[in-house]
Amino acid sequence: MIKLLSAANKEVLFMGNEAIARGALEAGVNVAAAYPGTPSSEIIENLAAVAKERNLYVEWSTNEKVAVEVAAAASFAGLRSMCVMKQNGVNVASDFLLHLTASGTRGGLVLVSCEDPGALSSVNEGESRYFARMLEMPLLEPADFQEAKDLTKWAFELSEKVHNIVMLRSVTRMSHASGNVICGKLPNKIPQARFVYDGPLTDPLTGPVISTPVGVKHKLQQEKLKTAGELFEKSSFNKYIGPKKLRLLIITSSACYLYSKEAVSMLGMQGCVGILKLGCTWPLPEKLLKKYLRLTKNIMIVEEVLPFMEENVKVLAASYPKEIGVKTFYGKIDGTFPSVGELNPDVVAEALAKIMKVKYKTLPASYAQELRKVAAVIPPRDQTFCPGCPHRASFWNINAALKLDGREGFVCGDIGCYAMAALTPAIGFHTVRTLHSMGSGTGLASGFAKLDMFGFNKPVVSVCGDSTFYHAVIPALINAQHNKADIIFVVLDNAGTAMTGFQPHPGLTLSAVGETVPAVDIGKICEAIGAKVEVSDPFDLGTTTKKISAFLEEKGNLKVLILKQTCALSPEKKGKKQYEIKVNEELCLGDDCGCNRLCTRIFRCPALIWDKTKKKAVVDEVICAGCGFCAAICPQNAIVKTEVDAS
Amino acid sequence: MKNLLAKDPTNIVITGVGGQGNVMASRVLAGMLVAKGFYVTIGETFGMSQRGGSVMSHLRVSKKSAWSPQIPLGQADIIVALEPSEALRVLSRWGNPRVAVLSNNRVVYPIGVITGDYDYPDEEKIKNIFAKLTAKSWMIDATSVAMEMGNPVLSNIVMIGALAKTALLPIDRRAFEKEINKNVAADKRGANLAAFDAGVKMV
Ligand code: SF4
Ligand code: SF4
Repeated sequence: MIKLLSAANKEVLFMGNEAIARGALEAGVNVAAAYPGTPSSEIIENLAAVAKERNLYVEWSTNEKVAVEVAAAASFAGLRSMCVMKQNGVNVASDFLLHLTASGTRGGLVLVSCEDPGALSSVNEGESRYFARMLEMPLLEPADFQEAKDLTKWAFELSEKVHNIVMLRSVTRMSHASGNVICGKLPNKIPQARFVYDGPLTDPLTGPVISTPVGVKHKLQQEKLKTAGELFEKSSFNKYIGPKKLRLLIITSSACYLYSKEAVSMLGMQGCVGILKLGCTWPLPEKLLKKYLRLTKNIMIVEEVLPFMEENVKVLAASYPKEIGVKTFYGKIDGTFPSVGELNPDVVAEALAKIMKVKYKTLPASYAQELRKVAAVIPPRDQTFCPGCPHRASFWNINAALKLDGREGFVCGDIGCYAMAALTPAIGFHTVRTLHSMGSGTGLASGFAKLDMFGFNKPVVSVCGDSTFYHAVIPALINAQHNKADIIFVVLDNAGTAMTGFQPHPGLTLSAVGETVPAVDIGKICEAIGAKVEVSDPFDLGTTTKKISAFLEEKGNLKVLILKQTCALSPEKKGKKQYEIKVNEELCLGDDCGCNRLCTRIFRCPALIWDKTKKKAVVDEVICAGCGFCAAICPQNAIVKTEVDAS
Repeated sequence: MKNLLAKDPTNIVITGVGGQGNVMASRVLAGMLVAKGFYVTIGETFGMSQRGGSVMSHLRVSKKSAWSPQIPLGQADIIVALEPSEALRVLSRWGNPRVAVLSNNRVVYPIGVITGDYDYPDEEKIKNIFAKLTAKSWMIDATSVAMEMGNPVLSNIVMIGALAKTALLPIDRRAFEKEINKNVAADKRGANLAAFDAGVKMV
């Protein structure tokens, strides 16, 4: 039995993302599309796994904008659909969303944005709630696992009531956390898709689906938002927990509700602090807020990333001073809460204790002192490329070629595991000097290359992964060719979307639901653009470095190198070693060899460790992936590889 | 086995390094406890788990309600560590005089230690810290046992077996068997049961 399809009334442990997927199934979702991104990917993975049983169309789209478009088409045809992305994906989709919220939708359409406060697995701390306000669409935020399911289901109903897309925002601590969920019923009807477009231009339900006439459609859009606000007033997803008489009111949403609840209980303040938990956060349910704002002078807003709710509540409070009185607000704007990073129960408890002027009990001082001593002896554990990761080898090659070239060339990085090359100390040298959004490395490289007329003459290399290539690199690459930018563009093709857990992409012959599909060839696209294209294996140190060196000598045009080697964690590689690796202790000269411990200090494979007593490198066989690359880097040839018999 | 918790909520941290099967261990443990009628909240930090970083799961077990997916500092009741320096890392933030620690002794060196920039505390030192700062502690060689069984990743299940034996939680072999029958492919169940049993013998 697949857990996601558990029977009605059954209580199961769901990850937040599973709960969202289940909610969509209970709503009778028909179409789901997404581009993978932590912490959102499990939603589509879970739906893809039950696509057959539930008669769903599920796809990994090339990027978030396309995902919303695919989902919107289903909505226009009267079906229920959803699109899923991480926070910055909403930026990518936003141009279409601007027009979509104006044209309106038909079948229930839900956009799920899973955000990453504290950037636990992102290179940004983007905040997408402002899009709800800016694009005038309703916003919902679940605060526990049961709600993640129930609110998702309701989001479809709401979308159909107001005929517009509804945004559901989750966060890492909700999407990647798990908790008890009681399942509801799974519907059993298979609807027919029907796209009606013969009606008048001004009727969004029967006419063509377009955002004009702007005056009419924009007005309609705002009325829809107002209707949503009225529905929010009665929604059970907004609730007050606390006493009738209180000294402070917490207004919160999402995972911050659980932190707030815990903080109040840590301080034993259930008798004097109330919590207004909002599941519907844009537009704000005005009447409800007014009712609770009246109860006390002190208002604390607990939320992560930007002060979205705080601003909105303040604007509301400023509109009704006579009815609700003058308030003191505690939140991000006055510095009660840090303006960056994620929250947790401790941060909330500390803030609350300070406002209420109480001390909260911590550990005995002497014990806390001992813990600090312990903290001082623990070595930090920084992220690095996995053992056997092709990227470590690729950057080794690129760095070697740039060093040989000697003109201080550098790399414009991109989004994927390979972004780690921009961070110390994933690898013991630096080549990546810029890192921004999906596809930006190549756009930046294209720009750097045109600065020669201002005396800039460093060689510029850009890198991107295979999935990123399809997502956003192609326009930048065409730009480079069209404008004759002299750059080397390196595709780190590891045969999957490795960073987010191996989702297929257009370069593979596999779809989200395991069907065979045509592969779109990166090399051919680059050739069609007019670039010179070479392919190499990053584990082949000699050949790959030579190819990059040759490209560095060739001036004036766009050059593409595709470095093909499957990710070490890919299902077909995992657990299988190609080589058995040993360090020959006699040959390894350690500190004396003049290599300055190249292998362990600079190369930094987690499996190649340094034996302090022997003063020799050793291979940890539990961790080694058996890729064999390290054998090529040791100047002493002390690292020896023997091919493992595959049979 | 009575379904009683020594404390409500009971706060458990399972910690390790990416690739050690930390997430699987926390799900199996949580599944066993949900089956016994508890509310379990798991908070996981695994976004970067593939890439050698620390991976940590917070489990809150309660008869009454769901709790925050992050345990407040200084509030862990049980720490299960698949890697010894990770046990210390968690202890230094979530430790308190009542905490019980069960740790694997197999080291996974952080990059900073491999490069020579940092020292890794030796096993004696770690054991002394446990003795001084925890109410109970166990250090076992789960990885060697798992390797003898042919797969080092099974050390996560060896640890679960050992945890069951400590009797800190209302879990036993029957509950484990039920859980893996639900969530583990049939051909892997035998190895998992053997790993659990091996763990039971190590405490
Ligand atoms: S997941 Fe794959 S691509 Fe990412 S660091 Fe590990 S081996 Fe490299
Ligand atoms: S073969 Fe060398 S580089 Fe590859 S995983 Fe093993 S130790 Fe690391």
